[in-house]
Amino acid sequence: MARVVVDVMPKPEILDPQGKAITGSLARMGFDGLSVRQGKRFEVDVAGGITDERLAQIKEAAEKLLANTVIESFSVHIEED
Amino acid sequence: MARIGVVTFPGTLDDVDALRAVRLCGAQAVTLWHASDSLDGVDAVILPGGFSYGDYLRCGAIARFAPIMDEIIAAADKGMPVLGICNGFQVLCESHLLPGAMIRNEGQRFVCREQKLRVESNDTTWTCAFGSGDEISIVVKHGEGNYVCDDETLARLRDNQQIVFRYIGNPNGSRDDIAGVTNERGNVVGLMPHPEHSVDPLVSNSTDGRAFFASVQSFLAARV
Repeated sequence: MARVVVDVMPKPEILDPQGKAITGSLARMGFDGLSVRQGKRFEVDVAGGITDERLAQIKEAAEKLLANTVIESFSVHIEED
Repeated sequence: MARIGVVTFPGTLDDVDALRAVRLCGAQAVTLWHASDSLDGVDAVILPGGFSYGDYLRCGAIARFAPIMDEIIAAADKGMPVLGICNGFQVLCESHLLPGAMIRNEGQRFVCREQKLRVESNDTTWTCAFGSGDEISIVVKHGEGNYVCDDETLARLRDNQQIVFRYIGNPNGSRDDIAGVTNERGNVVGLMPHPEHSVDPLVSNSTDGRAFFASVQSFLAARV
């Protein structure tokens, strides 16, 4: 089945306490110079193949539910096999 | 007697406390179910605290699309008083009935304590029994109560007196110490602290939460 991936990230100006904690932990483990922001990845399996209409539908779903655009940005891409 | 509805979503925790607080403060408490599309003729609605849908996706994000939310959004747009407490505040933000959003507490810790607040606006249906500038004590308990909004929204909130409560001693990193906000009309209020836990001297040092329920009842009485 065809797959579309929606990546959701906190907007750059929004504090990311989880990313900050992970960054701190990495530094303590000796992984220097790594700065992490934590987001979410949604894998959407699409019945009947991916059309422009389907992609538009998934973008609408991302805007309405998968991301809160007050604090998060999202990107939609087709995952190649 | 005013009929005040309290919505139960899967994962709601504080609905029973909210119903009890409504009764203690002299109104009729009405249970409302998330999957219903009827508000059962209530005069006001409370979205209580808890972890609706296990906080999956984002706090309040799934509850926002429960069938009863369509009715609540329509009623709020017509001026019905709506109060969102903690998770209920998150649901109201996800519904865009209130501006902004909540993210994880700055210090990553769940905060559970009595919290001092300043009443910044008594020009709402849920705070008209307070004096503006009153310092009150209400219980807080949350892990994701860090209020965020962009500069433009913050300026609008300040200009329209839509900031209803500020923390005295910010427990979670909220922007501008914001603990609660209202919509432009003043009928929808959301806050992270729990007024329903601060109504009974048996279990709380403060009974400042009672003024929320007194406020909405005096608003409803004046309207009829």
